[in-house]
Amino acid sequence: MSRAHDMGGRFGDGPVPIGGEDRVFHEDWHARAMALTVLSAAHGAWNIDASRHARETITPQDYTRFGYYERWMAGLADLLVARGLVREAELVNGAAPAPMAAKTLRAEAIPASQRLRVPYTRDGGAPRFAPGDAVRTLNHSPNQAVPGGHTRLPCYAMGRVGQITRYHGAHVLPDSNAHFMGEAPEPLYAVTFTATELWGSGAEAAGDMMVLDLWESYLMPADG
Amino acid sequence: MPHDHDPDHPHSLLPPEPELRVKALESLLVDKGLIDPEAVDALIALYENEIGPRNGAQVVARAWTDPAYLDRLRADATAAIAELGISGRQSEHMVAVENTPDTHNLVVCTLCSCYPWAVLGIPPGWYKSDAYRARAIREPRAVLAEFGVTLPEGKAVRVWDSTAEVRYLVIPERPDGTEHWDAAALARLVTRDSMIGTGLPTLPGTAA
Repeated sequence: MSRAHDMGGRFGDGPVPIGGEDRVFHEDWHARAMALTVLSAAHGAWNIDASRHARETITPQDYTRFGYYERWMAGLADLLVARGLVREAELVNGAAPAPMAAKTLRAEAIPASQRLRVPYTRDGGAPRFAPGDAVRTLNHSPNQAVPGGHTRLPCYAMGRVGQITRYHGAHVLPDSNAHFMGEAPEPLYAVTFTATELWGSGAEAAGDMMVLDLWESYLMPADG
Repeated sequence: MPHDHDPDHPHSLLPPEPELRVKALESLLVDKGLIDPEAVDALIALYENEIGPRNGAQVVARAWTDPAYLDRLRADATAAIAELGISGRQSEHMVAVENTPDTHNLVVCTLCSCYPWAVLGIPPGWYKSDAYRARAIREPRAVLAEFGVTLPEGKAVRVWDSTAEVRYLVIPERPDGTEHWDAAALARLVTRDSMIGTGLPTLPGTAA
């Protein structure tokens, strides 16, 4: 029950490609792909979770052969069509020139738009867990409402026991929001796992730890 | 339309060459009035020239020199960082994690490439690579070695997988021999990688 993006812990990728950092964007088209993605979101036709899900649902074959910004472009094109901003035929044939839409972000509004803080915290119920509590993560995808749906519980951390180390407040639940099924805010916690719990005898060092931010519905009491 | 086009993936209708693909999409969005072409250039210039790791370096240097600021950073990093005029996209919920003699912190996003844009700018290519996403969480020490970082015996590694909208900023240990340095001089020692955890601050005397 995973998709190609859920690669934490995977073997076979080789060395980290360090270097080539004389520019913020390696290619001009990387910069433009970033800009088109950020600017298209200003129309409010989707949210950040839907945008991540669009990149995750390109086929595993495409996901693997695409570079980072190619994944962004594919996700954007798919979303533009799915949300009705662009018609399929227009991707092939183009469109007749039209006046700028009311919501189109203008150049002069750019600096303020990037410095604006739009929080993901919401009013929510009292948290079920407290720092120090031992919890077990679900052993299957938490997204039971949508088969293959969006979730932020990675495969490598499913069915594992960890400890709540921080409460972040109630946050928008990506599993729901990505599918336009509402924000469904839930308590969000930092959960700390030992390397041995996650990787068994493959752990590099017994004392190492991995921390994930996990929503309450991903968790149950460890002794439950 | 191409006969093999996949109805779930209209992106396959765009030209296969990435550069042409971006160009086709940009022309279409501009023609439809959905994007202001000048906004494209303004946004790129903002991240190329203004919003970058110098922002985070100011936060670290202030934390090293001002104990009251460090307390505020520990209590509410988002607010403490905003005191320096730094806030915004992909930095809505900040948490500062401090390296100590016992613990080294390392940040990754295994599911995509979440990164505190307003504080550190656009993430470097390696941060967005499959190799880093796949390996940093399972074998952080092997990854650190590729960056030339070897930790002293007995120091634990704590890896933060950015699975939510919380963004983690590593506060590296202040280098020895900088006791009398002011925040502006210290900020020049704070590298981008030292705030992700794949590097350490530049040592005094070796700064470029």
